[in-house]
Amino acid sequence: MKRSLRPLAATAVIFLIAYALSVAQFPGMLSTRVLGNFLTDNAFLGIAAVGMTFVIISGGIDLSVGAVIGFTGVLVAVLISWLGFHPLAAFAIALGVAALFGAAMGLTIHYLQVPSFIVTLAGMFLARGGASVITQDSVPINHEFYRTVSELIIRLPGGGRLSSIGLLMVAVFLLGALLAHRTRFGSYVYALGGNPVSALLMGVPVARTTVQIYMLSSVLAALAGIVFSLYTSAGYPLAAVGVELDAISAVVIGGTLLTGGYGFVLGTFVGVMLLGLVQTYIIFDGTLSSWWTKIVIGVLLFLFIVLQRIIFAASAPGEESPEKS
Amino acid sequence: MADGQYVLEARSVMKIFGNHVALDKVDFGLRAGEVHALLGENGAGKSTLIKILTGAYQPDGGSIHVDDAAVSLDNPLHAQTFGIGTVYQEVNLLPNRSVAENLFLGHQPLRFGFVNFRKMEADARTLLANYDLHIDPASELGMHSVAVQQIVAIARAVQLSGKVLILDEPTASLDRNEVERLFEVVRGLKARGLAIIFITHFLDQVFAISDRVTVLRNGRLIDTRPLDALSRTDVVRLMLGKDIAFSGATDVEPSETPDEVLLEFKGFGRKRSVAPFDLTIHKGEVVGVAGLLGSGRTEVARIMFGADPADQGTVSINGKPTAIRRTTDAIKHGFGFCPEDRKAEGILGDLSVRENIVIALQGKLGWFKALNRDEQLEIAGKFGEAMDIRAASLDMPVKLLSGGNQQKVILSRWLATDPAFLILDEPTRGIDVGAHAEIVRTINRLRDEGMAMLVISSELDEVVAYSSRIVVMRDREMVAELRGKNINPGVIVQAIANHSDEAVA
Repeated sequence: MKRSLRPLAATAVIFLIAYALSVAQFPGMLSTRVLGNFLTDNAFLGIAAVGMTFVIISGGIDLSVGAVIGFTGVLVAVLISWLGFHPLAAFAIALGVAALFGAAMGLTIHYLQVPSFIVTLAGMFLARGGASVITQDSVPINHEFYRTVSELIIRLPGGGRLSSIGLLMVAVFLLGALLAHRTRFGSYVYALGGNPVSALLMGVPVARTTVQIYMLSSVLAALAGIVFSLYTSAGYPLAAVGVELDAISAVVIGGTLLTGGYGFVLGTFVGVMLLGLVQTYIIFDGTLSSWWTKIVIGVLLFLFIVLQRIIFAASAPGEESPEKS
Repeated sequence: MADGQYVLEARSVMKIFGNHVALDKVDFGLRAGEVHALLGENGAGKSTLIKILTGAYQPDGGSIHVDDAAVSLDNPLHAQTFGIGTVYQEVNLLPNRSVAENLFLGHQPLRFGFVNFRKMEADARTLLANYDLHIDPASELGMHSVAVQQIVAIARAVQLSGKVLILDEPTASLDRNEVERLFEVVRGLKARGLAIIFITHFLDQVFAISDRVTVLRNGRLIDTRPLDALSRTDVVRLMLGKDIAFSGATDVEPSETPDEVLLEFKGFGRKRSVAPFDLTIHKGEVVGVAGLLGSGRTEVARIMFGADPADQGTVSINGKPTAIRRTTDAIKHGFGFCPEDRKAEGILGDLSVRENIVIALQGKLGWFKALNRDEQLEIAGKFGEAMDIRAASLDMPVKLLSGGNQQKVILSRWLATDPAFLILDEPTRGIDVGAHAEIVRTINRLRDEGMAMLVISSELDEVVAYSSRIVVMRDREMVAELRGKNINPGVIVQAIANHSDEAVA
């Protein structure tokens, strides 16, 4: 098995074992209802995590994701509830704004050679601040379209409900996987994460690819914001605080190397599901504080970083022994 | 001379950096089906010329011609469209991606807008078969040896450009067999009519494969000549403009009563690294270490310095038993270590020459005795001068210096700590002839001043020139210790090849 697949396999195995153990304790967790809710409850996180996967594979990081989700929610709510836009028009505007926002971050990162960490940190403050300037309060959305969308569900045998936003997340994951693994753009993303100098010498359009990566991440974050507003029927400037960190956790747990160059979009899906499983377990248990979720995520994250370190250090071939020639 | 004989030609190109003329009206012509070696010392203008020919730099005067038509090359990718491909010393590919993707990145065959992996891998297999390389195109490039990666890099360059191939020190990190393998590939390409520019520091390799040689010195063209009319000395003379003296044999008298013992290693070794060995090192003595690739030469240096601590045996320093468990222990006892891989383990590229020189001394002094700037400058200046470090300023980042000057900086770093025992691992690897002579001179001077040294080198002539004693490594074992008359390349080769029972103990 390719070594880059091993962390992913480990995640999948851990997910299956954890799920089996949960089901053994709470048989109710093995139902289409729980599985359907898995998808719905984590849809916004999953969509944002797809964008984050591309960013991390390219060797960067995007800390602005949570703030963009919050900003988009507020923008969409204000456009619809205060200014009377149709939701679809509001969505288009929000996605366009996010695309420009991501492009600006990508351009700064590439042309000013500033680490993505700093640029997206600035982006995070800008987006979060911008959202709070528009409004300090939660803006409810009461629109026919929102009700229609929330009623668009596929009923599963066993009482489960596949919501449209859950399906949207699955679709984003599938498209993301195609983009990462089957297109030239995808190979450029991996090239940047592998060795940016080589990538440049090999003819990878580094500037264009960098801009596209951060545009993709911001647009997907905005899409996640739209999904979040559909999920909560409101826009709130302090929504989704810290979601970028959950997204990063899901990406790393899903087998993507934090230093870039290796990773899988579908691995992130398993990562998101594993995080969802932990939350669901705690809800089923009922006695545990929800902060246990954070502790479990912390432990998992730590485990996976150690695991990757071991796999990639043990079989690093280019740097065999100190005696090279 | 536009008589159409050149595939790629530079006509009186100029390049000026600030007020320094890097290239002064240099002419260079490359024919199809030849391997053309480009030689020169540090700062001769080799890399500037190459960067102009690959489009990385724009000339300030003169012109570049491809097939007799004047062209302007905007960047390496643009040069590629004129058929000019380059392979660099450090493999500039993507170790994290498959072999096939490395060959075709940016040109992957598409089907319905998606990469057609099956076709890409089939194409890769066919392409690599031309180079007699039968590896799985889907395998990760980083899993293969540097030599294989180099061949993949060549295959990519030839495939994308196909007229001119520039090999910029491709053999620097290869062992002998791998170099031969690479040369087979180069000969094959030459037979196919490619024009090849070959840059290396190894004269042997120049003579092994090149047809013509162009020598640059101080930014000027010295000469372009067919190689078969030249001897090694001629080439060196062209490069340096003078003769350099390399005494063939050691001029060290093997004294029967050597100076006092400095270090005594007994049964020193490390599992899976070096078999236990005994070695005594006296003051004012250079112990040369010879051996083939992977024989454990570097490992000996590393366990002595505590970089990979020994797990058996003892060491005594000045007669006192001591333990060296980590590098700081070694430094405390006055050890210094110039590692083989300068870039990765030696220099701190972004720090200045001054900082690179004082850092080991500062480390020895500890946290609370900071050297102020004046002291640093004084120390750095002193060694900069003594070692003839050619840097525009002591405050320039060390990564901008040439390999030879970087090596001198690392040597200065340890000399500043006034070491009792200095370990040099391949001190002359990949540096030009002038800096090479300078380092050999320094080793001789230090020995005469009473410093003990352990010098690892694969250049037998060189080890012979400065060693008071030579230990020979084979299969991670110290198999022989040669002294006196036995210090000559013939005996060393024999010791490497034979069994230990025949060698002088």
